[in-house]
Amino acid sequence: MTRFKFNVAFAGLAFATLGSLAVFAQQPNFDVVEVKVQKAQGNVYMLVGAGGNVTVQIGAEGVVLVDTQFAPMSDKILAAVRSLTQGPLRYIINTHSHGDHVGGNLKKAGATIAGGNVTLDIGDAAQGAQIISHINAYKRMSAKVNGQYATPTGAWPTSTFIGDDKKLYFNGEGIQIVHQASAHTDGDSLVFFRKSDVISAGDLFVTNGYPFIDLDAGGNVQGIVAGLNKIVDLCIPVYGQEGGTMVIPGHGRLSDMGDVINYREMVTIVRDRVQDMVKKNLTLDQVKAAKPTRDYDPLYNTPGAFVTGDAFVEAVYRSLKK
Amino acid sequence: MFKWAAGTLAACVVLGAVPASAQSNLSGVWNNLGILNEDWPDRLPGPELGDYAGLPVTDAVRARADAWDASLITLPEYQCRVHPSDYVSSFAGLRIWEERDSASQQLVAIHTHHFAWGTERTIWMDGRPHPPEYAIHTAMGFSTGKWEGDILAVTTTHLKEGWTRRNGLTRSDSATVTEHFIRHGDTLTLVISVVDPKYYTEPVVRSRDYEYEVNGDIGPYPCEPVEEILRPNGAIPHHLPGANPFLTEYAKAHGIPLEAARGGAETMYPEYRKKMAAMPKPDGAAK
Repeated sequence: MTRFKFNVAFAGLAFATLGSLAVFAQQPNFDVVEVKVQKAQGNVYMLVGAGGNVTVQIGAEGVVLVDTQFAPMSDKILAAVRSLTQGPLRYIINTHSHGDHVGGNLKKAGATIAGGNVTLDIGDAAQGAQIISHINAYKRMSAKVNGQYATPTGAWPTSTFIGDDKKLYFNGEGIQIVHQASAHTDGDSLVFFRKSDVISAGDLFVTNGYPFIDLDAGGNVQGIVAGLNKIVDLCIPVYGQEGGTMVIPGHGRLSDMGDVINYREMVTIVRDRVQDMVKKNLTLDQVKAAKPTRDYDPLYNTPGAFVTGDAFVEAVYRSLKK
Repeated sequence: MFKWAAGTLAACVVLGAVPASAQSNLSGVWNNLGILNEDWPDRLPGPELGDYAGLPVTDAVRARADAWDASLITLPEYQCRVHPSDYVSSFAGLRIWEERDSASQQLVAIHTHHFAWGTERTIWMDGRPHPPEYAIHTAMGFSTGKWEGDILAVTTTHLKEGWTRRNGLTRSDSATVTEHFIRHGDTLTLVISVVDPKYYTEPVVRSRDYEYEVNGDIGPYPCEPVEEILRPNGAIPHHLPGANPFLTEYAKAHGIPLEAARGGAETMYPEYRKKMAAMPKPDGAAK
């Protein structure tokens, strides 16, 4: 199976078993992983463990989680949330369908914490939190592959949207869920907490590796670039590119506009280089041999990285040939 | 009894005025506008394109600089990008002041405010640890200091990506910077050593001198980004590999062998001059 036959089931399995983006090549030992809490700003926190970063918004009305990491991390994620608040978990927002971001949906949305938002009916008070995603993420999670659902049914989104965005007002601030078409997958969303001034970027933006463009799940480098531009457009720095809007990446460290700009610069330049070679009708092997990521490899092609420089170049090439 | 108490009191007053561990007082305004001659090309005029000489660059950062287009800084989001803390000392003055706990008078932190871009940094002196890796990185980084005799030694991590030279030579966000602030009366020498395992094979070391200004002041440094050139959203100016026409200008203008201008650790050391003497000058080089 080549990397680009990466179907939904395999993606889910791989993400569920291989670990976070930075250490996908290694099987994480979930027993020893600690969940760390890092305040972003306002009412929003970042949880770091194994798998994608989790964003937590807390307030008088309860808790919003953006993504839920791997299923085995659920208890630790919940304990970390409980270190911040005892409020009920009301919403889970999934930035996309991969298992390292949605694996914990089931336990967190289930009986662990009453949510009461499944159909906004009081009768649902014990049914758990509402799970929100773009419709395409729902389709990926609920697809049957080899006779099995990609994600357990209880972890599926209970509220989807089909347009450019979905808006909530919760814990005293507007929350904008913004869809980015065809980027990391075809069901990506970023989540903008407008009063706290924090963006949860999902895997549109990571700090510790090249972007993973899941072509078989509808991903495309052009969408990644568009998504990064969208994040930059939403950010307002205090001064000199820094401070102001905080950005929680899908993987890696807490960031702000300056970090997104640096990352966008890399992705755009590599895209432009590959595009130039595609126009000259170079083959994939020739493009790889030209090493269009050579200047960025020390930063992103680190030992054990899930997305090598060559894999990124191949994904860019195939994106542009579509 | 009274004499003993008075003596003790006097001793306490005297001893209380003596700095602990021979610390220096660095507070005040320090300027370098009159002594900018050291490393002049890196100071106010800015370095020339393609000048990587004397720096331990790797092939990767050399390639990155080759792709760099100065038009990048016309993008609004790049116009007010500040000089990082390991570079900003090249420009004009700074104010240094102490933050002390009011009750104990223990030194909590030393603060600096640079004229260039108005950047401020905090050097924590209270022994606190550096943050975890997943904490935010900034242009100033996270700094802790300690006294080595009367020299302030500072370690900085959590830096955002910055630059070693403003011609595309990048310093990565994995760098650790060590600084020594050395006061000799009314002169302050700052020695900066940058260890960047991603892009440089050896530490990058630079020193900067300042003069104490009794009546010194630091002016504001406003910066407001504007749209200078209308471009498609997300356009990033850069040169495609092999297509940068400016890379030989520096070598030609100064009669320096092209190979030497490309830099590398070897070019930092005096013995490299002998090797340079045997190298051909670039075509069209200045005499």
